[in-house]
Amino acid sequence: MDFNADHFTLMGLPRAFRIDTAALDKRYRELQAEVHPDRFAHAGDAEKRLSLQWATKVNEAYQTLKKPLPRAKYLLHLADHDVGAENNTAMPADFLMEQMEWREGVAEARSAGNHHELEHLHHRLGEQMRSAYDELGDLFDNAPDYATAADRVRRLMFLEKLLHEIDDAIVALEEE
Amino acid sequence: MALLQIAEPGESAAPHEHKLAVGIDLGTTNSLVATVRSGLTVVLNDELGRPLLPSVVRYGKAGEVEVGYEAQRQQSVDARNTIVSVKRFMGRGKADIANLEAIPYDFVEAPGMVRLRTDAGEKSPVEVSAEILKALRARAEASLGGDLVGAVITVPAYFDDAQRQATKDAAKLAGLNVLRLLNEPTAAAIAYGLDNGSEGVYAVYDLGGGTFDISILHLSKGIFEVLATGGDSALGGDDFDHRIYCWILQESKLSPLSSGDARLLLTRAREAKEYLTFHGEAPISARLSTGEMVDLTLTTQIFNDITQTLTMKTLQAVKKALRDAGMTSSDIKGVVMVGGATRMPQIQRAVGEFFKREPLNNLDPDKVVAIGAAMQANLLAGNRAAGDDWLLLDVIPLSLGLETMGGLVEKVIPRNSTIPAARAQEFTTFKDGQTAMAVHVVQGERELVSDCRSLARFELRGIPPMVAGAARIRVTFQVDADGLLSVAAREQTTGVEASITVKPSYGLSDDEVASMLKDSMEHAKDDAFRRALKEAQVEAERLIEAVRAALVSDGELLSPEEKARVEAAITKLHSTALGENRRHITLAMDDLEAETKDFAARRMDKSIRRAFAGKTVDEIEQTTKENQA
Repeated sequence: MDFNADHFTLMGLPRAFRIDTAALDKRYRELQAEVHPDRFAHAGDAEKRLSLQWATKVNEAYQTLKKPLPRAKYLLHLADHDVGAENNTAMPADFLMEQMEWREGVAEARSAGNHHELEHLHHRLGEQMRSAYDELGDLFDNAPDYATAADRVRRLMFLEKLLHEIDDAIVALEEE
Repeated sequence: MALLQIAEPGESAAPHEHKLAVGIDLGTTNSLVATVRSGLTVVLNDELGRPLLPSVVRYGKAGEVEVGYEAQRQQSVDARNTIVSVKRFMGRGKADIANLEAIPYDFVEAPGMVRLRTDAGEKSPVEVSAEILKALRARAEASLGGDLVGAVITVPAYFDDAQRQATKDAAKLAGLNVLRLLNEPTAAAIAYGLDNGSEGVYAVYDLGGGTFDISILHLSKGIFEVLATGGDSALGGDDFDHRIYCWILQESKLSPLSSGDARLLLTRAREAKEYLTFHGEAPISARLSTGEMVDLTLTTQIFNDITQTLTMKTLQAVKKALRDAGMTSSDIKGVVMVGGATRMPQIQRAVGEFFKREPLNNLDPDKVVAIGAAMQANLLAGNRAAGDDWLLLDVIPLSLGLETMGGLVEKVIPRNSTIPAARAQEFTTFKDGQTAMAVHVVQGERELVSDCRSLARFELRGIPPMVAGAARIRVTFQVDADGLLSVAAREQTTGVEASITVKPSYGLSDDEVASMLKDSMEHAKDDAFRRALKEAQVEAERLIEAVRAALVSDGELLSPEEKARVEAAITKLHSTALGENRRHITLAMDDLEAETKDFAARRMDKSIRRAFAGKTVDEIEQTTKENQA
């Protein structure tokens, strides 16, 4: 195995958006069982260093492939299609409008201390994201269209951030 | 006294020789040492049959040091020189310490970590902790009849980098080879999981003397995978004592107390807390040095009321950890209770109500951490028996980041990332012709640098002058399996090798550790030179053994010539290690390391192939093609 192998090869998975997550979990544990520093605690320094590097790499590969958004970004990266999050933040006006409405809804529920409404928003957003990820599966695996996929990934980055903010608002309410 | 085995020169002792390794629970209130002996994990008792060592150290005028029960007995007589709960000060500045007014020590502010002024001079919390570790090491070596190859030392999961580094420094100072720093709740999960053959998602609720941890773990086929951890490294049983102490002061309207009286009342508070575990009310009485009398009754109801905010604080951390793990309380198959403070009935009740199930208490909450640590130490030392195959995958408790413009934090490695972990981030220059860049490493969840803990500051110099924004500075974070961070920065575009690796600023420099070692040697009237030589010899033996074991299992990976060169390097190191020149031993070790570098790489490759066994690369490529078709 080449240290520079891509994450899919390392994890023994076909390069695709829809993956067998059970197989990923299994391979991850098998690999760590071989390379983890705990296996080399009594070894020489050279082996300890290698083990640290490999275990770090295996963790990175697993974290990248486990969740859909980093997996999608990684597929774009492998296809030489930059997500362009830094220099291409101009999103369509209707999408931005929708985002603002979401944010207002969260802020309102938060200041009203409406726990139930926050949970509801969380659920609705979750549903929306699930169908967006389904679409990504088609864009990557069925009839690859990387430009459209990159656009959907940029949108999902907004949505993931929003979901996180709702989480934070719920936690903040619970702590009050 | 055990008989020493002596092998033929050039030959190692029996390959299945059991290596002496221990697990140490370095607790706020009590510490323990445990080991695996003939397949059984046992806590090692002192000569009077007591398993616990109170984490108390007393310094005398003539430099004499008492540790444990002896020291504990003196704590109200000689409060200033008798250090209890030193774990609370590890890696902490004066401003970080809560309830400072109730602590009867003479604190000295020092960069990074406070120091304590005693009759034997200023002591760092690292030195105080090292005394506790030395006592445990001596207990273990006397009981096991030999030198330890290493120890696993437990730390609260929520300990940050400063606290972990301080713990490792203390172990070094005590002459222990640290096989791994292990998170306390994870240690408890090992002991519990291996004992019960558990599978599924478990929560470990660990309320110790001074720290609180909650960990959510997934146990499956010998893999202990920590999904999320949380807690408070300054919340524990001590705080419950302190609440009682404040209640006593309030109820008795006492004037300011001497340090001895404060210590006495804190002791009475602790006794009342323990009494309430089995009784409905606790009498509290004491005669102070001023002649004033304290005579009160603390009921369970009052105790619950005055400590309710503390109990709630722990449950909030539990909620946060569950959320981080993407779980709800109904996903949890069992809740393991750890730490002496979980004996408090209100804690048992609150946790039971939260998870809607009875907490698991079938292992002694005082011993379970040391037992898990001993099991891990046994595995790491290479005493792996057949079927004894399991692995821990732990996480970092707090996010690691860098200061960016405007005092904001850019997170580089988020909390709950599985370790070891590495992540690189690129930065650029702000001004034309800028030749240096300040890098400030912080740990914490807040957005402002001022709300996070500062870990290290360093400067990258020698950047060639360029227009603003043209330089590419890559900052790399690496967190190792102990949860310790190292940071490197490098300018990318010009190939200028301006790179630096830092050890976070609160840690002791190697020189400081060396000078502390020397000081402690002088007290013990030992010889620092002898000690250093002995350590080098032990290191050399360890390396030889590791290489020999590798040759036995994977010798076929080397050509006969390569094998001969490795053998020659071993022989040379072996004979050098019999001599008295420490520098030569180190050089011979370097030679052997160099000679086995390729071998190590091939062995690692073989390990990775093993993980792929049963599935060839061709097959994988085949499925890839089918999927893309």
